[in-house]
Amino acid sequence: MSMTFTRRTFGLLAFAGALSASTMLAHAEDTIKVGVLHSLSGTMAISETTLKDTVLFLIDEQNKKGGVLGKKLEAVVVDPASNWPLFAEKARELISKDKVSVVFGCWTSVSRKSVLPVFKELNSILFYPVQYEGEESERNVFYTGAAPNQQAIPAVDYLMKEEGVKRWVLEGTDYVYPRTTNKILEAYLKAKGVPAEDIIVNYTPFGFADWQTEVSKIKAFGAEGKKTAVVSTINGDANVPFYKELGNQGIKAEDIPVVAFSVGEEELAGMDTKPLVGHLAAWNYFESVDTPENAEFIDAWHKYIGNDKRTTNDPMEATYIGFNAWVKAVEAAGTTDTDPVIDALPGTTVPNLSGGYATIMPNHHITKPVLIGEIQDDGQFDIVSQTAPVVGDEWSDYLEGSKDLISDWRKPMNCGNFNVVTGKCGGAG
Amino acid sequence: MLTYWLTNGFDRKAQIVTAVLVALAIVVPLGSLLPPDDSVLHISTYQVTLFGKYLTYALLALAVDLVWGYCGILSLGHGAFFALGGYACGMYLMRQIGTRGVYADPVLPDFMVFLNWKDLPWFWYGFDMAWFAFLMVILVPGLLAFVFGWFAFRSRVTGVYLSIITQAMTYALLLAFFRNDMGFGGNNGLTDFKDILGYSIQSPGTRAGLFAASALFLAFFFVVASALTRSKLGKVLVAVRDAESRTRFIGYRVEHYKLFVWTLSAVMAGVAGALYVPQVGIINPSEFDPAASIEAVIWVAVGGRGTLVGALIGAVVVNFGKTWFTGMLPELWLFALGGLFVIVTLFLPTGIVGLFARLKSLRKPPVAPVAVANQSGGAS
Amino acid sequence: MRMLRCLATLFLLMMTVLPLKAATAIADADLTALVNALGAGDFDATEQAIAALAASGDDRVAGILDKLGNGELVTRKADKAVFIGEKADKDFKLTDPVTGADAGIVPKATVDKLKVNNKLRRAIATAVGTLTLRNADPKVRLAAAEAVMKSQDAAAIPALDAAIGAETDAAVKTAMISARAAAVLASDLPDSEKAKAVDTIADLGTRDALGMIAPYAGQAGPIGDAVKAATTAINAKLALWDAGQNIWYGLSLGSVLLLAAIGLAITFGVMGIINMAHGEMVMLGAYATFGVQELIRNNAPELFDYSLLIALPVAFVTAGGVGILIERSIIRWLYGRPLETLLATWGVSLILQQAVRTIFGANNREVGNPSWMSGAFTIGEMQVTWSRLWIIAFAAVVFLSLIGVLKKTALGLQMRAVTANRPMASAMGIRTPFIDALTFGLGSGIAGLAGVALSQIDNVSPNLGRGYIIDSFMVVVFGGVGNLWGTLVGAMTLGVANKFLEPYAGAVLGKILLLVFIILFIQKRPRGLFALKGRAVEA
Repeated sequence: MSMTFTRRTFGLLAFAGALSASTMLAHAEDTIKVGVLHSLSGTMAISETTLKDTVLFLIDEQNKKGGVLGKKLEAVVVDPASNWPLFAEKARELISKDKVSVVFGCWTSVSRKSVLPVFKELNSILFYPVQYEGEESERNVFYTGAAPNQQAIPAVDYLMKEEGVKRWVLEGTDYVYPRTTNKILEAYLKAKGVPAEDIIVNYTPFGFADWQTEVSKIKAFGAEGKKTAVVSTINGDANVPFYKELGNQGIKAEDIPVVAFSVGEEELAGMDTKPLVGHLAAWNYFESVDTPENAEFIDAWHKYIGNDKRTTNDPMEATYIGFNAWVKAVEAAGTTDTDPVIDALPGTTVPNLSGGYATIMPNHHITKPVLIGEIQDDGQFDIVSQTAPVVGDEWSDYLEGSKDLISDWRKPMNCGNFNVVTGKCGGAG
Repeated sequence: MLTYWLTNGFDRKAQIVTAVLVALAIVVPLGSLLPPDDSVLHISTYQVTLFGKYLTYALLALAVDLVWGYCGILSLGHGAFFALGGYACGMYLMRQIGTRGVYADPVLPDFMVFLNWKDLPWFWYGFDMAWFAFLMVILVPGLLAFVFGWFAFRSRVTGVYLSIITQAMTYALLLAFFRNDMGFGGNNGLTDFKDILGYSIQSPGTRAGLFAASALFLAFFFVVASALTRSKLGKVLVAVRDAESRTRFIGYRVEHYKLFVWTLSAVMAGVAGALYVPQVGIINPSEFDPAASIEAVIWVAVGGRGTLVGALIGAVVVNFGKTWFTGMLPELWLFALGGLFVIVTLFLPTGIVGLFARLKSLRKPPVAPVAVANQSGGAS
Repeated sequence: MRMLRCLATLFLLMMTVLPLKAATAIADADLTALVNALGAGDFDATEQAIAALAASGDDRVAGILDKLGNGELVTRKADKAVFIGEKADKDFKLTDPVTGADAGIVPKATVDKLKVNNKLRRAIATAVGTLTLRNADPKVRLAAAEAVMKSQDAAAIPALDAAIGAETDAAVKTAMISARAAAVLASDLPDSEKAKAVDTIADLGTRDALGMIAPYAGQAGPIGDAVKAATTAINAKLALWDAGQNIWYGLSLGSVLLLAAIGLAITFGVMGIINMAHGEMVMLGAYATFGVQELIRNNAPELFDYSLLIALPVAFVTAGGVGILIERSIIRWLYGRPLETLLATWGVSLILQQAVRTIFGANNREVGNPSWMSGAFTIGEMQVTWSRLWIIAFAAVVFLSLIGVLKKTALGLQMRAVTANRPMASAMGIRTPFIDALTFGLGSGIAGLAGVALSQIDNVSPNLGRGYIIDSFMVVVFGGVGNLWGTLVGAMTLGVANKFLEPYAGAVLGKILLLVFIILFIQKRPRGLFALKGRAVEA
């Protein structure tokens, strides 16, 4: 409530104070506040809007069950507008002004990196629901999306075994997730005996639209006599023109399959998938998962959103897992205070939507099964392979700098980057 | 001479602005540090960083106003200078992390370890020293602006063409900085800073200090800009804005005047960026986005182009609106911003400051009406 | 693969026993048993079942396998029997694949779709190819020969030999001989045979041929030599085609740039409005296409192939209408103040983007390619995709009609008069405000047309316009403001230059180099490639 008082102190803040005071009065005192930090405008709105709706949906469901600790949950939604410094500002606003107990948010790595210092400084909890490059483990963050070993490596294994792939095109958008994933994959493939000349790595900028040259390069590389596959870490907007060009140049999945890590049901909804049948994606969840839990989830989601064509996707499931884990941990800790909840979260096990369970591990990542799906002509995926749950590996064994690091946030180690060779907790400790 | 020049510029408006800024530089840090958290006088860290950020934006707006409002150069690329200053500061902050990065590498920043780089690229040398970094904050944007302006003004690229190529410049830099191979951290940019000048960046004291620094730098540049615009040189600039060819025919070397004010403005933007980065905690290529530069122009237009106070007011008002809307009515933010652009250009060609001037003149009818009509033709 | 080959050999053994000429038929019950095996187990089991089915040689097999490949087969959960399943509302209509008898309508939950993966799709293609080598339709035989060639399956040689002997169509025969050569390479026939096969394949001179023989380059003796000689020859030929391909890509990128920029050449180039909302006009055109396609999908799916033609006027009118609205309400107050139009139209672009986001949602919308815009054909080693070809043609048509409108019609004359000298035009009795509105509407409408074309190759999302606005300005400024031919030359130059830089510098550096080039170019020619001369320039 400090805002109303600063108004008295000096005039510049008066307007701010008045506005925020009026909004604060509206908040009842006996609710638990949940922050939602997803972009609703700008370039990332395309992906993140759905996650905002998901959190609101989950809160609604939970409130129907009576809330948490006898209190109703209340969502505080803000719009960081796909602007990274604004993410940090909004995170600070949620935690210190709105006093939320937990925040669900972020999609891109840079937005997570931007809010990280804020969560550390103000000691709050962030649930991050998107697959990412790993190489991070923070006390205040829970990563419910896939680490590279929960997505990329099983996908490559599948292609090697089932499709007999010998040559690899690692095609990605030039940012940190593809860079890291491709580094890991390159090391992994070489360890599996793939010679260097059979791997090409290529990067294109964000929103790349003219794929003619790149696709014909892939085609030429694939026509050199060995079975070839493309591992795509192409991001968001660039995917539609990429797949359209693939379809137009007649690259069929039987000839050169493309396995993507960032293409889900939402992305396919903007495409005619007939020419793409058989191309693959690796995720930890598909809408087509055939389990009663999933059917129930989809049903409730459609009812909530009032549109039975809205798809579900992997980051939604990750949000679902994160949300339920948080509820369970809060109930176990008997409070929403940050420290007890962070201590209660590791070991918490909640059902996922693919018929198994997700456990929060001491490294703040979770266990997930890896599903490989083939694109169908109705915009859904046919699941062709499903592994047992895999533990998220935050520090990749295939990277020079991080193979000696481990993370364990339980006492007594309580460290996100413990170096097993030097026996020291690196960095800030 | 210099004192005369400065005192001449130190008119009543400048006195008020400087007084307000200096008062802010004293009151806000005190309010954030001295009273206990629950005191009525306490100013939270959230507010300090937020208003600190507004002040750096105000400095950027001042820089844009100096070239646009007084010299008729509509720059759609000032964000580039702001971002370059920010990167220079960010590089210094990265080097200060030292072994506290996640990989505990004493020299290389985390993102370089992560991409298996073995050595520090040459352009990162020296940034571990604060004085060098500060020099770069001024030199890099200044030099880029000088070279760019040298070519552009000599070949008499004006008006729309100049605006478009400034946009091309910032767009090219955006693409370049997005590349991970450039060695600036790609899309993730520079983040996770620890200290500045030996003080923890998260401590309230440092934040208060950064706020004070922003206010004082803004006050300093305001006085400089005010003195400049009131000097003879300032008159020439306005002449260039209103009739470039005529000024040239009278015998002034128009390109020299333009180049000087353009470079100065770039340096101001660079300093603003350098103050911005430690307060928001991240610098990433999206600061180079042409849209960001256009937004800075809008702040000036909203506040009142060609009045230095207007730039400050516009930057604070628009950004305050952004903070408020994106918190309260997220879906409506772009409608509000877009509507603001349209309304200001249509109905408030002289911005908020002009509106007040008009209201004042309405109250005192006998005075001749203030010329609000078409002084904004600029280079057109 | 080895498994597949074993099975195929087995199948061939059976083929040699079975008479090859006459179409074979086996008892319905036996075939049903074989078909049911498709749904018995995992992918490997299905693969074996496919081979067994193919081995039966029955005429109906190819059809059934096709259906399997298309995902039209289902298994009944109760007894694991395989049927052709058609969706009927929420239920499935089952048909017996062997007899074609109706098997009733059952709820969706009682059947499982028979899944296929890429490996099975390949097995099916090979099996169907081998089975249809003797089909009555030459087109089917050609496709079969190509499928067999792709599979490089040594076991197919006897079937190919028999088919070649009976073949009457020259083109199909050539394809079969190539397929045989490909199969020979994979077989364990003597080296002399293989060397001949290398020659046969090398004669094709294609990239695929190169790929097929490349693995044998390291071998000693006649094969290695033949491969090396062929590789050199083919590579020399391909280099030439590659240059042609690059020019083609450049032209197609150039035509996209031209389409995006040409509307701007009117609003910015001719009228002097820095129209930052131009990209949003393109976006509106793309959304109009989406709207038209949705209507057609829901009401008259048979018209889908014409959807783009129908969308053209709709997009033109939508974008043009919005353009006129913007001109009448905002821009007309700002004539002579170009830099202010920039701010106002930027505001308009934000509003339009958010409005579209609110109405249609932030997600991408699906705009399908009509059949005549899908796929590609080859000229020599150059691949030409239909969508790009049509876009180039479309850009040319739009460009020429615009020139026609401006140069040959009364409206065009008035437009030029107003932009050249407004007071004079007004004095001559031209209703200048009316012409202003129409000109802006025309520019916006053309942007809408560009949106129809771009919806075929890019995302249809609220951000669509943002991706093109900077490029469009670069094209117009580079070409010279106020000159449509300049815009044409500018777009094509930038397109081709981009595509030649891309293979060497990469996509990002290539683009940066081009931007730097434009900045430097403007220093040299501050008013673009084709600058207007005269006093009007300063206005």
